[in-house]
Amino acid sequence: MSGRDFFSKRTKEVSNTAYRKRMIFSFLIFTILVIAGIFAWKWLNNQPGDQGALKPLRKTLEVNEKLLTSTFDTSKKAKIFDVKDAVKNVRVNGLIGMEKTIDTSAWRLLVVRGEGDTLRISLAEIETLPKEDVVFDFKCIEGWSQVTHWAGVPLKAFMDHYHLFTQQTLSYIGLQSVDKKYYVGIDMPSALQSQTILCYEMNNKPLPMNQGYPLRLIIPVKYGIKHIKQIGTMYFSNVKPPDYWAERGYDYYAGL
Amino acid sequence: MKKVVKKHPLAIRWFHWINFPVLTIMIWSGLLIYWANSVYQIKIGNTVIYKFFPKGLYNALNVPFHLAKGMSFHFAFAWLFIINGILYVAYTAISGEWHYLLPNKKSFKEAWQVLLHDLHIRKYEPLQQKYNAAQRIAYTAIIFMGMGSVLTGLAIYKPVQFSWAMFLCGGYEAARVEHFILTIGYVLFFLIHIFQVIKTGWNNFQAMISGLEVIKTENQISANERA
Repeated sequence: MSGRDFFSKRTKEVSNTAYRKRMIFSFLIFTILVIAGIFAWKWLNNQPGDQGALKPLRKTLEVNEKLLTSTFDTSKKAKIFDVKDAVKNVRVNGLIGMEKTIDTSAWRLLVVRGEGDTLRISLAEIETLPKEDVVFDFKCIEGWSQVTHWAGVPLKAFMDHYHLFTQQTLSYIGLQSVDKKYYVGIDMPSALQSQTILCYEMNNKPLPMNQGYPLRLIIPVKYGIKHIKQIGTMYFSNVKPPDYWAERGYDYYAGL
Repeated sequence: MKKVVKKHPLAIRWFHWINFPVLTIMIWSGLLIYWANSVYQIKIGNTVIYKFFPKGLYNALNVPFHLAKGMSFHFAFAWLFIINGILYVAYTAISGEWHYLLPNKKSFKEAWQVLLHDLHIRKYEPLQQKYNAAQRIAYTAIIFMGMGSVLTGLAIYKPVQFSWAMFLCGGYEAARVEHFILTIGYVLFFLIHIFQVIKTGWNNFQAMISGLEVIKTENQISANERA
């Protein structure tokens, strides 16, 4: 390429008037756009909040969610690590809805099958179901991650065992902590993904109190905020169950 | 009569001025997200040279405790960033503008001469077309950086569903570091870009708004025609 390419092709003569007109016009448009941009930014930031997020942004999160749910591939597994890669000191985060002590003999997992139809399942009973180990990179929405080792019954196997088949055709599972202060909603495809477990063991030992004893959710296709501890109640719904952090500005889906 | 060169096509001016605020919002919202786990630092041995980022900077920019806000902006404006980027690349490819943007065989040697000239070590500027060699490299690199940000971003955003992206980045933690470094790269690019634009002057700057750059002397053309 020679210099002719650019300068010869693009150079022209214009009259001073035409030049001035062009300058005024383009700077006028530019100024209008800058002002419009500032107003658009102000408009966006003055929009009402929808569960802690500005309405247009909440709408966009929901569009993202729809897109991600429709393309969700259950055959895609979170990467599984070797047990020896799992850390011994597991990071504790999130103590909302955590009771100081839990009476295991009295504790039951309440599974609401329908109105006025609730199963009450003890920990001992859950422990008789086929146990699966999950060693994966636990990811917190804050940004840190940690390879950790958990065990429990796959949620799908649990639901099959208790004949919760029609419930599996609904869109969401709702989970509440024993004291109902912490709660999450999870889309059914993610809940039924094979790595999702109702977990009662960490590093081959019963769950410590601060990790959600007696029963917590481990769902590797979601951020930690969905891994609810000290589960008390499970229910099923076609409408989005309330979700603690989604009510505080976070993305409801929180999928990985 | 004025002799002008139609420097920047209208489409490129649009892409440029849309990208500027959008990228700024991406960097700002990214900072709100990074704050929640701000662990990166430059260390020599056990001595911390620089911590990303100091408290003072966070407070000055009102960063603390805005993770949810940062995420909601980041995952909305990412759409604009990606769409604008795709349209820009498509436009340069189809219009032939890429001829003036991509580095060629001589560019890497010439970029060195441009640098020496900019640092006032070498008196003569290498002959150039629309962009000099250093600009060609910079403006092409920034597009690859953009692609890198999208790739590393996808790897962090959905490491299971987009496991291929996470794999390409060398893992989840690696993707986070790469995403962060690219962002630092944008900030450095921005600082140098602003400095160069101010140094080059009004005639060059206003061309990104009006599209036209006035050719003041005959030398500018004839010098280039000799090339």
